[in-house]
Amino acid sequence: MTDLLARPASQSNPDADLGDSLTASPGMATASEERDTLITLNMGPQHPSTHGVFRLIMQLQGETVVASTPVMGYLHRSSEKLGEVRTYVQGTVLTDRMDYLSPITTNWAYAMAIERLAGLEVPERAEFLRVLTGELSRISSHLVAIGTFGQDVGMYGTPLLWALREREMILDMLALVAGVRMNPSYVRYGGVARDAPPEFFRKLQEFLDIFSSKIDEYESVLTTNEIFRNRTVGIGLLPPEIAKAYSVTGPILRASGVPYDVRLAEPYSIYNRFDWEVPVRYNGDCFDRYLVRIAEMRQSARILQQALDGIPEGDIRAKLPKVLKPPKGEAYARIEGPKGEIGFYLVSDGTVNPYRYNVRPPSFVNLTCLGQVAIGHKLADAVVILGSFDIVMGEVDR
Amino acid sequence: MEWLGTFWQSRDFEVGLGQPIYAALTGAGVPGWLVSILYPVVGAATILGIITVSVMMALWLERKGLARMQDRYGPNRVGPFGLGQSPADVVKLLSKEVITPRGVDRLLHYLGPILVLSPSLLMWAVVPWGPGLQVADLNVAVLYLVAFGSIPVLGITLAGWGSNNKYSLLGGMRAVVQYVSYEVPAALTLVIPVLLAGTLSLQGIVSAQSGPFWNWFIFKPIIVFPVLGIAAFVLYLIGGLAEANRTPFDHVEADSELVAGFQTEYAGMQWALFMLAEYGNSIAISLLGSTLFLGGYHTGLGDWFDDLIWPLLPGVLATKAAVIFAIFVWIRGSLPRFRYDQLMGFAWKRMLPAALFLISVTAVLAPWIRSVPVAR
Repeated sequence: MTDLLARPASQSNPDADLGDSLTASPGMATASEERDTLITLNMGPQHPSTHGVFRLIMQLQGETVVASTPVMGYLHRSSEKLGEVRTYVQGTVLTDRMDYLSPITTNWAYAMAIERLAGLEVPERAEFLRVLTGELSRISSHLVAIGTFGQDVGMYGTPLLWALREREMILDMLALVAGVRMNPSYVRYGGVARDAPPEFFRKLQEFLDIFSSKIDEYESVLTTNEIFRNRTVGIGLLPPEIAKAYSVTGPILRASGVPYDVRLAEPYSIYNRFDWEVPVRYNGDCFDRYLVRIAEMRQSARILQQALDGIPEGDIRAKLPKVLKPPKGEAYARIEGPKGEIGFYLVSDGTVNPYRYNVRPPSFVNLTCLGQVAIGHKLADAVVILGSFDIVMGEVDR
Repeated sequence: MEWLGTFWQSRDFEVGLGQPIYAALTGAGVPGWLVSILYPVVGAATILGIITVSVMMALWLERKGLARMQDRYGPNRVGPFGLGQSPADVVKLLSKEVITPRGVDRLLHYLGPILVLSPSLLMWAVVPWGPGLQVADLNVAVLYLVAFGSIPVLGITLAGWGSNNKYSLLGGMRAVVQYVSYEVPAALTLVIPVLLAGTLSLQGIVSAQSGPFWNWFIFKPIIVFPVLGIAAFVLYLIGGLAEANRTPFDHVEADSELVAGFQTEYAGMQWALFMLAEYGNSIAISLLGSTLFLGGYHTGLGDWFDDLIWPLLPGVLATKAAVIFAIFVWIRGSLPRFRYDQLMGFAWKRMLPAALFLISVTAVLAPWIRSVPVAR
């Protein structure tokens, strides 16, 4: 494998009609007799396990991946440009549609950037509601990640449908508190959109009572499964140096042994009031990424229980002007989303629209190292590695 | 045409239903050679009908079973308990256009489904449904099963190669490796019941297991070597899963990796033929598993009981096969897919030595096991 990779790139393109820029990446095997034994496999954008319209161009030697190039942009909807021509409050709905599996956290990062820009204070109850809904969102995102990961490893839907069963409960709770299930736009600058009804807290307690046993259920079908371990342990190794070099964040970084969590590294909101831990694993393979997500769900449930017990009465929104015109300036806010660090960079020119609306999407940044991680593995492993990265194309392409 | 009459009379009509039917028809004035031709033709047509119906039932069982494992309802709209769903799907598939994509190798593309389906149908010919109730009681039935069990790989490879699609090609390539790896241990496990019964004929194997259930080959060696029968049965099931391309050995399709593997470019009825072959194969493997290890059509309550309920004996076999198929469904709902190099390692490093060991033990102990007096 290594001697193939060491060869210099030749002039001719192995698969000319795919376009030079896509296939001619450095390290592709190129001497003509070796090229004849390679297959260029174009996985996606329409493929059952690329988690949306993601495309991976792979050079295969037999079934072994020799080189791979991720191609993104099939779901590009100009969200960042649209954010510049909309008012600050209208920009919230664009954030819902980025990470649509965990919209609250993206809402939150955007709201925090505006609050820093305009110097708004968030009432305590609103912070608690943000933590409650945000951690619920994190759990629901991890549930989908684990379920679809099982699917990628080749299980016929069982963990996915079990995970979706609990995700339904979370979506119902979000519907109670925000009015809709999928794109809640719940966290707004200065607070949250509305107060939570008493039924929400009752349902949340019911959920927390059963959730731990449900996680045990997923573990019983995945963690302890011999075939699942064979498929994931030692696959897709991501050493901490490479993870840092590629700015990888979130569960993937923590599975590589770097205990970095924005909630701990740069505490925002009220996270420093709760008693919780950052789960870290040290092997950096697919199995560890999965285990970190499982552990994070347990930690999220722990935070949720404390926030539920400690939520105070009071306002849910700061005093806000009718039309928000933040003073000239710039602000960057970052929070720990379920897929990694979500950052929002906003520049205000004093008008009702942001002058610049820039997102640091975690899955996009995490995805950049996929090409390197997949090399040397089998085609079947490439799918598992992609699944362990937990991407959501709405956020990658924006 | 007299030789034909005597040829067909020679084996099939000796036992069970064949003889009375033959006698009744010839007594009514039908020429003997005509009966000799019609009997297997009617048998084959009946078997074809049984295959179609049982594949539909198996699909229903699989969808319902998986749905229950996954906290959903499964098909429940068409007919009682959703039983009408599979026939509705068949009608839908029959009415769909058969698409032949540009650039495929037409001959191989058409040949693929036929080569996959026919052997899996032919495997049904030797299944003994009752005493004498069998399309063909071959005296080399087990050899016949191994022979026809290895033909579908040719069809899958041709389908994968002829589709002119890289996913199909990879699926076809995997098929060769998987079948070659699993043929060996699976065929070796078939030797164990043969040694225990002392015959290659399936009727002979079943009648060697008549009487109470401890005569079944899964239990019979318990007195001498406790795990022998059960281990052989488990090996047979694993080999059967691989033969039928079912989870955890569904590499040939591998929906999460290869889209649909070798059948990616197939649509409509051609695709349905692949599905029919796959499920026909799974059910045939379940039927043969019950025949070889679970006493076939014997109830296991003693011969007097079998004689009492003799018209229901095919139902006994079907019930046992349904239990084995349910295990297949259970496995599908709870196990992920092996990686394809792990699968080969498993076949050659674990299953083959285990099968060889069991065969040697059986070969040494078989005369003793056979001589153990048992109640009838």
